[in-house]
Amino acid sequence: MNLTIYMPAITGGLLIGISACLLLLFNGRIAGLSGIINGLISPEKNEILWRTVFIVSLLGGATFHYYFFNHTPFTTDTFSPVFMITGGLLVGFGTRMGGGCTSGHGVCGLGRLSLRSLIATMTFMLTAIITVFIFRHIFNII
Amino acid sequence: MKNYFFISLSGLLFGFGLSLSAMLDRHRIINFLDITGNWDPTLLFVMFSAVLVTVVFFRFILRRHAPILDNRFRVPTRKDIDASLLVGSAIFGAGWGLAGYCPGPGFAAMTLGSINAILFTLAYITGSLLSSYYSRKLQGENKP
Repeated sequence: MNLTIYMPAITGGLLIGISACLLLLFNGRIAGLSGIINGLISPEKNEILWRTVFIVSLLGGATFHYYFFNHTPFTTDTFSPVFMITGGLLVGFGTRMGGGCTSGHGVCGLGRLSLRSLIATMTFMLTAIITVFIFRHIFNII
Repeated sequence: MKNYFFISLSGLLFGFGLSLSAMLDRHRIINFLDITGNWDPTLLFVMFSAVLVTVVFFRFILRRHAPILDNRFRVPTRKDIDASLLVGSAIFGAGWGLAGYCPGPGFAAMTLGSINAILFTLAYITGSLLSSYYSRKLQGENKP
C-alpha cells in the first residue's frame, strides 16, 4: 500500500490529537464536538464563552486550510436534502442521548481508555456501516 | 485572556486537521463506512493517528492535579454502560451513515459554502433539542 497518499490523513489526525491534548492540558476540557455544540444549543452559565471560542476557531482553522492550502479535490456533492435532514436529526438526537460523537467518544474517550467510549464507538461504527450497506447496496440510493 | 489562547489554538488545529485530512468530504466518510464496496481507508488513518496521540499523552496530562489554566479537570466520570449510551450511539451511527457527517465535519463544512452542511447543521440542532426535551420528559415520568 502506498502510504504517501495517506500522509494528509495521518498529519490531520495528529493535529486533531494534539488539539485534544492542548485543550485537556491547559483548560481541562474534552474536545468532544457534540458536547461542545450541544452545550451551546442548551447553554449553561460560564460554559458559553470557551465553547464559542473553540467552535469559531475550529471553523476558522478549517476555512484557513481550505482556502490557502492545496487540498485533495472533493467528491462531487449532490444536493441531498432528505439525507441531510434525516441524518442531521438522528446525529443531533443520538449524540446528545449517547453523550458523545466521533471526537468525544472516539478520539478523546479512547485516549482516556474509557470502556464506555469504546463501546459507544463500536456501536456507532457498526450502525453506520449497516446503514451505508442498506442504503447503498440494497436500495442503491447513497 | 490567556485562558482563551489555548482554547482558540486547539480549535484552529482541530479545524485545520479536519480539512487537511479530507474529513469535510462526506463521500469519503460514506466510502469508509462502505466496507463491502470500494472501501476508502482515509478515516481509519485519521482516527488511528489522533487516538495514538491522545492515548500516549492523556495519561501524563491526567496525572496532574489540575490543568495548567484551571483548578480542575472536567472529564466524564461515568463508567456504567446504560441503555442511553447504546441506543444514542446506535441512532448517531445511523444518521452518520445517512449524511456522511458527524458533528465536527458537518459544522466545519458549512464554511466551504456547502448547502448540504447547512441543512445538516439545522437538522442537528433540532435533533439535539428534541433529545433534550425527550430526556427531560422521561425523567419527569420516572419521578414519583
